[in-house]
Amino acid sequence: MPLELLAPATEDESRRDGLWTLNFGPQHPATHTTLRLVLQLDGELVLDAEPDIGFLHSGFEKLAEELDFNQYVTIVDRMNYISPLANEIAWHHAVEKLVGIELTPRCRYLRTILAELMRISDHLLCTGACMLDVGGVTGFMYFFNERERIYEICEKASGQRFHTSYTRVGGMLYDVTDDWLKMVSEFIERFAAAHKDVSRLVLKNRIFVERAAGVGVLDRESAINGGATGPVARASGVARDLRRDEPYLAYDDLDFDVICSQSGDCFARFQVRMLEMLESVKIVQQCLQKLPTGPIFAAGTGKESMPDKRVVYQSIEGLIHHFESVMPNRQMAVPRESIYAATEAPNGELGFYLVSDGSFKSYRARTRPPSLLHFALFQQMIRGCMLSDVVAVLGSLNIIAAELDR
Amino acid sequence: MKTDKETNWTEKYETILGEVPFTTSSFRDQQRLIVAPRELLRVLELLKANAGMDMLIDITAVDYLEMEGSTDRFEVVYCLLNTESGERLVVLTHLNEPDLKLPSVNALWRAADWLEREVYDMFGIVFEGHPNFKRLLLPQEFSSFPLRKDYPMRGRGERHNFPVITRANS
Repeated sequence: MPLELLAPATEDESRRDGLWTLNFGPQHPATHTTLRLVLQLDGELVLDAEPDIGFLHSGFEKLAEELDFNQYVTIVDRMNYISPLANEIAWHHAVEKLVGIELTPRCRYLRTILAELMRISDHLLCTGACMLDVGGVTGFMYFFNERERIYEICEKASGQRFHTSYTRVGGMLYDVTDDWLKMVSEFIERFAAAHKDVSRLVLKNRIFVERAAGVGVLDRESAINGGATGPVARASGVARDLRRDEPYLAYDDLDFDVICSQSGDCFARFQVRMLEMLESVKIVQQCLQKLPTGPIFAAGTGKESMPDKRVVYQSIEGLIHHFESVMPNRQMAVPRESIYAATEAPNGELGFYLVSDGSFKSYRARTRPPSLLHFALFQQMIRGCMLSDVVAVLGSLNIIAAELDR
Repeated sequence: MKTDKETNWTEKYETILGEVPFTTSSFRDQQRLIVAPRELLRVLELLKANAGMDMLIDITAVDYLEMEGSTDRFEVVYCLLNTESGERLVVLTHLNEPDLKLPSVNALWRAADWLEREVYDMFGIVFEGHPNFKRLLLPQEFSSFPLRKDYPMRGRGERHNFPVITRANS
């Protein structure tokens, strides 16, 4: 049963006597990360909510001016730590666009597989946590089981479960093995069953639907005006997906649908994420079929890319080549320019605005985090909802404080 | 020499912006308009109304203090997007001390709210007409602007100015 939304509280109304101010967070089980809300309540009705952020601000953008293009990948990992590889891919996508590197086909496909696995991983956590917050623990457990498989896949590829630091300018740390590809295809096969289980558990579950449908509505116009992107915008009827609209990596060769909904409530965002996971599965399957062989680092003058580890350890030329690419005074030439480049991260448009002074590190590297703009819309979405809807709306927006505060 | 493609997009914005003076530049697929701070609000209004730039993707700033050959200290960057056609545009404007003021574009795009506050927080650029103008990420008592190039990487010890509350005293 959809709720009748009240008109937004006016200035006078929210300062009215007899209201209750509730401090929500910064440490609260339902914020999942560190963020704070100051709620103005009239009984159980939320009249206003003022977000207060910055608890996890750790100066990532200042660090970007100190670390080089390859080193900073360890920091972008820690922005949206639910899908670290998606950030790495976005970061190096921006760097490669600035330097002008054309990736090899194998690298493009492998990165596409990893990006889509990260999308699945992010959506699994977001939808899982959304269910958990409104009381459905079972679905959360089912989904976390699947996320564990994705971590194993990450570990197999890079040696790290969580903060993989796997991409490099023009390529990746190392190539994957056939075992790894087998692991991915096994995961993809069994994932459909878990997805089906949870879909049957919640999509027609009256308790869940009533907690989510009609709650936290974001209309199309506000979504565009407020800079919403990704699943949040698509749930509000903005049919935009950078994978389709500005194809990067291998997305041009692949066949997939952009999932949209019209209603813009929590349930729509939940459904969009659920269905996007199935599209990601489709993409990974196609990539596994089409995966080209060949080198993983972009070919060029030799300075533009790192040599294969086997060549480094087994030949003097390889070792010299490796030194040429890692010595700070022998790095590749970077144009003295600025560029904005974005990818479709699981949460929305993750962009980097890079300014270069010609050296191998950025003069300025601005991150455009999707969470920041989504959380700015929260105040508008929650007005007129009930106190218990706060967690439902927060969960459906997938706010990651590390990305929000950087 | 401008290529044909570049001439085309430049002409398009000349028609849209009419008499407002601006210069253009481009790098790879990125198209940039450079305008004076006093023309900024007018330019962004025209771009939203006539060029369909309905989404404000990002506002950020760059401090050019340590860049060789730069003439202006700060550059404020507006990344715009037309959600219908997918067209992107970057609008740049330059500021110098002591006049670090720009008009707020909150009335045009709600997305500007937190983005402008973050630029103030990190660079100290003031956006006039913003409804709730204060620091976004750092504590309100903080007195520096850390993303400026003259701010040291390891800070200036501000952290010691904040009282530490022990469990016994709380």
